Formats: sequence, C-alpha cells, structure tokens
Amino acid sequence: MEWLQVTWFALIVLLLCGYSILDGFDLGVGVLTPYLARNKEEKARLFSAVGPFWDGNEVWLLAGGGALFAAFPPVYATVFSGFYLALMLVLFALIFRAVSLEFWSHSENHGKVWSHAFTFGSLVPAILFGVTLGNILQGVPLDAHSDFAGNFFTLLRPFPLALGLYGLSVFVLHGAVYAGMKTDGAVRGRAGKIVTPLALLSLTLLIVMVVLAAGVLPFAVSRISVWLWLAGTAGLIVLAMVWGRQGRMGKAFLATSISFVTSWLAAAVVQFPILLRSDDGIRHLTIQNASSGALTLKVMLVIALAGIPVVVGYTIYVYRVFARGPEK
Amino acid sequence: MDAVLLARVQFAVTVGFHFIFPPTTLGFALVILILETLHRRGKGEIYKQVSTLLIKLLGLVFVLGTATGIVMEFAFGNNWAEYSRMVGDIFGAPLAAEAIFAFFLESVFLGVLLFGRNRVSGRVYWWSAFFVFFGSHLSGLWIIIANSWMQTPAGFELVGGKAVLTDFWAAVANPSTFNRYTHTILGSWITGSLLAAAIGAWYLLKKKWSDHGRLLLRISLLVFIASSLLQLVSGHGSAVQVAKTQPEKMASFEALWRTQEGAPMSLIGWPDEKEKKTRFEIRVPKLLSLLIHGDFNARVPGLDAFPDDEKPPLLLTYFSYHIMIVLGFLFIALSLLGIFFLMKRKLHEIKWYLWLLIVTTPLAYVALETGWIAAEVGRQPWVVYKVMRTVDAVSRVVPAGQILVTLIVFGLLYALLFWIFVRVFAKIVRKGPELPAADGY
Repeated sequence: MEWLQVTWFALIVLLLCGYSILDGFDLGVGVLTPYLARNKEEKARLFSAVGPFWDGNEVWLLAGGGALFAAFPPVYATVFSGFYLALMLVLFALIFRAVSLEFWSHSENHGKVWSHAFTFGSLVPAILFGVTLGNILQGVPLDAHSDFAGNFFTLLRPFPLALGLYGLSVFVLHGAVYAGMKTDGAVRGRAGKIVTPLALLSLTLLIVMVVLAAGVLPFAVSRISVWLWLAGTAGLIVLAMVWGRQGRMGKAFLATSISFVTSWLAAAVVQFPILLRSDDGIRHLTIQNASSGALTLKVMLVIALAGIPVVVGYTIYVYRVFARGPEK
Repeated sequence: MDAVLLARVQFAVTVGFHFIFPPTTLGFALVILILETLHRRGKGEIYKQVSTLLIKLLGLVFVLGTATGIVMEFAFGNNWAEYSRMVGDIFGAPLAAEAIFAFFLESVFLGVLLFGRNRVSGRVYWWSAFFVFFGSHLSGLWIIIANSWMQTPAGFELVGGKAVLTDFWAAVANPSTFNRYTHTILGSWITGSLLAAAIGAWYLLKKKWSDHGRLLLRISLLVFIASSLLQLVSGHGSAVQVAKTQPEKMASFEALWRTQEGAPMSLIGWPDEKEKKTRFEIRVPKLLSLLIHGDFNARVPGLDAFPDDEKPPLLLTYFSYHIMIVLGFLFIALSLLGIFFLMKRKLHEIKWYLWLLIVTTPLAYVALETGWIAAEVGRQPWVVYKVMRTVDAVSRVVPAGQILVTLIVFGLLYALLFWIFVRVFAKIVRKGPELPAADGY
C-alpha cells in the first residue's frame, strides 16, 4: 500500500510537470500576445505556433485533475470546494482562453476582443495556479471534517502571492522562449529582446519567494535537497537567459522546461508525504490518510503506465510533424 | 436559497450546455471517417473537400466541448465535495482514464486533422481521422461508465461510510453501462448526422455547392437512418434495463400509479400528483407489461410500491421521457421518408423534405437533453442509486451565495458563447466547402 501511495504522489508530480511544460508555453504566449504581436498578420503567425497544440496541452490539466480525484479524493474535494472562488475564476478564464483562438480566427477582420480574451484567459490561471500551490504548501486552516475553514482572503497571503507571481514570470519566460523558437521576423525579434528581463525578473521573484518560504516553512530550510533543486532552478533560468541572448532558443526552451521539473521537485520535497498542509500542524491530508484504496491505486497505476508513454509518444510525433519546415 | 438546489441547477446548466457539443463531435467524427475512408479508396477530391468543411466545424464544436468539459471535471470537487469524498475511490478512475486513454488521443490528432492535411501522408491523415473517431467514442465510454455507476452501482463495498472498489470490471461493466452507452452513442450519431445532413440540404436549397451538398446529404442521411432505426432497438433495451434495475424510475417515466398485472403504457397525459392519477391520458392496455417482460399480464410495480422519499420528481421525469420518445419516433418517420426518396433517386429534388431535415435538427438536441434529464432526474433523490442521497453530496463549505453568483456568471457566459458559436458555425457553413484547408490562422 505504502509504495502505491508514494508512486501516486510521484505520478501526480509528473502530470503537473507535463502540464507546466506544455500548457506553460501557451499560457506564456497568451500573456505576451499584446507585446509580441502588434497586428493581425503577426498574431496569425504567433497563434499558428500554438494552434495545433494547446488542446492537447490542456488535457494534461484534465489528466492531473482526474488523477488527483482518483488517487487522493479527499484532497481533490477539500481543495476544489475550499478554494472555490479562486478556482471558479480559473475556470472562467480557461473557458475564454479555450474559445478565444477559434473565435479570433473566424471573427470579422480579426477583431481585438478575442486576442485580448486569450491574454486575459492566460493571465488569470498563470497567476492563480501558483497562488493555489502556495496555499497548499504553506498550509490552510482545516476543520475536523478536513474541510477548508478559511475564506477567500486566506488564500491571498504573501507567500502564495509571491509564488503566483513567480509562476507567472516563468510561464511568460517559457512562452517568450517558445515564441522565439517557433516564429520569425518581428515577433521573434521581440521575443528575443524580452528573454533577459524576464529571466532576471524570474530570478528576483524566485529569491523573494524563497525568503518568504523560509519564514512560513522553517523546517524546509534545513533540507539540503530543497536547496539543491532551487539552485538547479535558478541555474536553469540563468542558462535560458544566456542561450536566449545567443539566439539559441531551442536550448533555452529545454532549460525553462527542465526548470519546471526542478521547481516541482523542490515543492515535492518540501511537501512529502503531505498533500495538503493544515495550518494547525495536525490535520494534514497526507498520502496515507487521504488516498484511495489499494485496488483503485493499482488499477490506476496500470492505466497510467499503459497510457502515459503512448500519450508522450504520439505527442512527440505530432510536434515533429508540425516542426518540419514548410508544408508539402 | 438552498445550496443543494443551487448546486443542482448549476450542474444541470453546465452539463446541459456541455452536452450539446460532445454528441455533435461523435456524429461528425463518424461522417468524417466515412468520407476520409471513401477518399482513401479512390473517390474524388469532392469527398476531401466536404470532409475538410466538416473538420473545420468539428474544430469549432470540439473547442466548445473542451471549454465546457473542464468545468465538469472541476465541478465534483467544487460543488460536490462530499460526493467526491464518498465515491472518489471509484468515480475518479474513469475520469482519469478518459483523459489518459481517450481525450489526449482525440485532441492531439484533431490538431493533425485541422492543421496537417498538407503535412502528413494520406495514410497518416486517415489514421488521424480514425484516432479522432476512436478517441471521442472511447472518451464517451468512460464518461458513460462513470455516470452509469451512479445509476446502477456495482463492484464496491461500503467501508466506514465510503465506497471502496472491490472489483474494477464489475464497476466498469455495471448493469446499465452497455445499454446506456449504445443509447447515447446512437443519439449522438442521430444528432451529428442530422446536423450534417441539414447542412447538405441547405446547400441544395440555396443551389450553392450542389454537388458537395448532395454528397454530404446522402452520406449523413444514411448514418441518420441507420442510427434512428437502431435506436429503436437500443431504446427498448434501455427501457427494459431501467425497469429491472431502477423500477421506481420506470414507474415515474410512465406515471404508473398502481402496481398491477397487465400494466398499460401511457402515450400522453398530465400526471396529477395530488389526485394520484393521470388526466387526459391516452394509454395502450397491457403494452408496458409486454414491452418489459414479453408477457401481457406480467406484474409491473407502480409508484405505490415505493416510499415517498425514494421517488423521483414525477412531472419532469414523465415529460422529458415522453418528449424523447415522441422525437425518437419522429426521427424514424423522417428516416422512412428518406429511404423512400433515396430509393426513388430524387432525394435532392424534394424541397419540403430538405426543409424538414433542417427544421428538425434542433429537435435532435431536444431529444438528447430530455433523454438525459429523464435519466438523471429519474435517478433522484439519489446521487448514487440507493447508496448516497443528493442532499448529502453537496460541498459543506461553499455558501449558497457563491454558488448563485457563479451560476449567474455561467449562465451569462454560456449564453454569450452559444450566440457566438452559432454565428461562427453559420459563417463557416456559408463560406462553403470550396476553400482548401488553411494551415494556421
């Protein structure tokens, strides 16, 4: 049983990594759209760089949500009902985001409304995902029924907000690097220019976030592995900046992608074996007290092991199809 | 206001709106697969052009389905936290399996269909069409599995107030999964193919792209005819299964007040709950007994056989079920006419029939929605039949006011989306099939 619960903890982290890397770049591109693309031709270029992929990317969120529901139902229940208004905002934003590209491409003379909707719909989740994670890490008040006992403003504490802003800045950095890699002309030029300031901003926010984290999670300070993963994250952001300046966007994209993995590992090391921290230090939802039964975890493991490699395989195949230069 | 009621209304509104899109996707995916297969088999460019048009429309429909589908995945945790805690051990797995096995497949290869016609070989393109078809139908299967488990739960035991999985395959192949899946898929094919046929009919009536219109109409109408006729068999199977596994639901469908041998079938009427009788009723004696048990005199339990707090709301259940059935027979009549005109080889000349196809299309959606209302309202007062009541399933910590506010936002947002969706859909149809698929935006 214990190994199943640990495995599922790891798998959830894996799905979150997949989501951050893949949907991360189109969230970033969305936020940067007003800066990167100034007219409809440029927008068309930029959107065609994410158009074929964002559907598939978003499914990582569905898979992550489904996996959390299946493997750790009480965590899913407490977080989604407790962070109600925040997650509803995410939902409304995601709905706008999902329809905006399609509506934009069909709208009369490509009006601005839908490209703004894409930006707004990307901005809100890009911040709130980090805020949510920050609350899960810092801990929230839980009642005896392990329901959330705070309110909307409980969620807006300094550390979660800092994590939200850090998340936003790395998503945007990731998106800038992706745009630099997949477009050309003026869009690529603007993307290249903004990589350095974004990397510096991300590093600054990373430091702010770590300082605040040290205050609210004092026990984590003594864990060497946390510092290693954080240092790795910082190093990768620096690498992305260096490669971005040299115009080697493919490598820079690899660096920002891996930086999501290292930051998730830092968070995982802080958190394990807790899933949702309780601020009283007692009522935590953990992989032991909040998991599904052994049979469900086993069945789900078979599903994940059979399914995820296939998904990764054909996703890579399709990215390669669209990476090939001009059309036949 | 009552949080339970508001949460139910919110779920009904969001899933009811969502349920417009996936069935359309399933129907379109089938027609597209047929067109692409014929094109691969050497049929002309026109097959490809018609398919490309449908793929564009599918792209639009799919986006709306995804946008509104994410809401559903969050909804169980948002508004139904107690439900999630109690049955997450079983209910979460099919949702996760749906994403991993099916939805990834569908969405990744839809990208190829939409943007890759000139980037991949004909063979790979056909396989992409197949994966979109297969993925969307597999996706439907997992969702129906999850939903059927709420109707006829199996493969679990209750431990400390929580449902714990004991037999995965029993939960998956629970007593209603098969019937409900075939019933839903056929309903989806009816809807999607009728919409596609209506587009073809419209081109013929407008005398624009007449060759494309004729091809789209013929192929879609064949799918529509086959699905409508098969639905008679599947619908019957579903009703028999409901009568056996959820007898109080069947009694409500029929407003059968008394348990009796030789139970009649209620064709139409107005159930009066105070008087416990159906006013203005037209009924066929003994037909219900015959249809359920194959015996004119078989005993069928009526509403009097069940405690008051275990019966669904009668009016909504009765009318949604009857509207669905009337529409099902309307589609069969439309199909028989279609067969007649197809055999006479003058389908495309009969203007009134072409118009009839167009005006009937919205009714296919009405049939889908009423069928779903009959199934889900008919399950009340249970969220999981005989295991958990709906009133116990709602989140404890979400205030009614917040549900109301988000409900209003959903309502406005979805009204806006629907309006734009219809306009964009019509615009793509009006632009017609001539243009080759554009790569990119």
